[in-house]
Amino acid sequence: MVERSPFLTFLGHAVMILGVIIVAFPIYLAFVASTHTAQEIVQAPMPMLPGSNMWETYRKALVGGGYGAGSTAPVAHMMWVSLVTALIITFGKIAISLLSAFAIVYFRFPFKNFFFWAIFVTLMLPVEVRIGPTYKVVSDLGMLNTYAGLTIPLIASATATFLFRQFFMSVPDELAEAARMDGASPLRFFIDILIPLSKTSIAALFVIQFIYGWNQYLWPLLATTSEKMYPVVVGIKMMVAGGDSQNEWNVVMATALLAMLPPALVVMLMQKWFVKGLVDTEK
Amino acid sequence: MEKRVQFRAPLLPWLLIAPQVLVISVFFFWPAAQALLQSFQIEDAFGISTQWVGMENFNRLWNDASYLTSFKTTAIFSLLVAVLGIGLSLILAIFADRVIKGAMFYKTMLIVPYAVAPAVAGVLWIFMFSPSLGVVSYGLGKLGIDWNHLLNGSHAMTLIVMAAVWKQISYNFLFFLAGLQSIPKSLIEAAAIDGAKAWRRFWTIQFPLLSPTTFFLLVINMIYAFFDTFAIVDATTHGGPGQATSILVYKVYYDGFKAMDLGGSAAQSVVLMTIVIALTVVQFQFIEKKVNY
Repeated sequence: MVERSPFLTFLGHAVMILGVIIVAFPIYLAFVASTHTAQEIVQAPMPMLPGSNMWETYRKALVGGGYGAGSTAPVAHMMWVSLVTALIITFGKIAISLLSAFAIVYFRFPFKNFFFWAIFVTLMLPVEVRIGPTYKVVSDLGMLNTYAGLTIPLIASATATFLFRQFFMSVPDELAEAARMDGASPLRFFIDILIPLSKTSIAALFVIQFIYGWNQYLWPLLATTSEKMYPVVVGIKMMVAGGDSQNEWNVVMATALLAMLPPALVVMLMQKWFVKGLVDTEK
Repeated sequence: MEKRVQFRAPLLPWLLIAPQVLVISVFFFWPAAQALLQSFQIEDAFGISTQWVGMENFNRLWNDASYLTSFKTTAIFSLLVAVLGIGLSLILAIFADRVIKGAMFYKTMLIVPYAVAPAVAGVLWIFMFSPSLGVVSYGLGKLGIDWNHLLNGSHAMTLIVMAAVWKQISYNFLFFLAGLQSIPKSLIEAAAIDGAKAWRRFWTIQFPLLSPTTFFLLVINMIYAFFDTFAIVDATTHGGPGQATSILVYKVYYDGFKAMDLGGSAAQSVVLMTIVIALTVVQFQFIEKKVNY
């Protein structure tokens, strides 16, 4: 048994509380700012306790139409764009990866190894290093300012395929043998046995990919030119413009909180899947 | 490695793999090939004619002082982010591993920044440090530090490092915590019985056993600092003041989309690709080692 040391326990709590304060302070400050009027914030130092302007600020943010120097588009619509984008990326990735991992693990066919490597090379290069040409392809296909243009280039990566391949390799061979003996077709085996077994992996991947999709910035910045197609993460950046006093900081901060709310809820409520997904996707 | 049981069907596997192959061909291989091609070409200002120039785009890069500066900036930035992020999270993980009461609360709070988009994190941090109305810059002013990241290059660098580290703490923390919890309790207890104090136990048992995790995180954090921080830079400093925070991935974007130098931007993309591939190879070799270990 390790010795009990009241001093170390105290130090432990002190360090943890300090850590939590460092992590939470920017978010707390954003919350406080979102409950005041823009004028109250501009006078340094801004108040450190919540004010009474909360509903007004959030209403203004969600509906739009403030007087800030940057974009004043309604945030409610941006949140909708973000949600649709994140869900298409998440489900698109999971769907195509399940299928291709199934093909790679359970079938023998010509050029299998070639496809295998072609898919896994994509693991290496994030979209950031090939933005120029990808932009050109998407604009040639007429997909700028569409959900397809926002999502499909981000689906083109193999993280999920890799994860499902690892998982399928660990599924006992006897299951496939038994299914075949009972006369099940490959697709029946896939739908009735493999997918139900993969539930935890799918849940873990869902959390990671949802956050990934929701938080995308550079790609939506290029692929959208119309305010109607801005996801909230891009929208908030567009709100900050000009000098400090020209921005409605209370509205900007309300938008920041709204933008982080869905992914934060997913992380906190699905913590178990989140941690599993994080550890699995990096293996 | 192959499964013992394999299905046989002439057409089905092709259909299964088709969607993914289609998507990566159109949106991955085609653009990547274009980037390679463009890096050897120069396009005129109106995009009418292109000309093969061989290595000229690359030569121009090596002779471009601002590109070399950007390399240096990126190196400093990613090193600071990796070292500070890993150090801080290690300290937090060690104590989180010890604390029993309230552990769940602390852990939940500490993983929240992972969910915050880098661009949003950037906006939160410029709000705190805004020279005219920020709370922190006001406090610094009282201490006699005249904070202005719009004019002072090292202030701007400090700001993006802090925002980037803040966002990455959650990730490092979770991996360190998992690493610490996988160390057998018997080792720690044996050392405690032999009279080793907490400090000594950490340096002689936990820290060495964590070294695979630390190394893994070092690579991941470098990749993070190289690429995922674009949004932080774009939301806070726009690469300025001057070139003080213009990291490589920001420069690719700026030269390609603002300055419209496609050839130069493509050459930079190729250099970046080489760096990621090198980092990935290092990481794979390390994973091989971990399996033997």
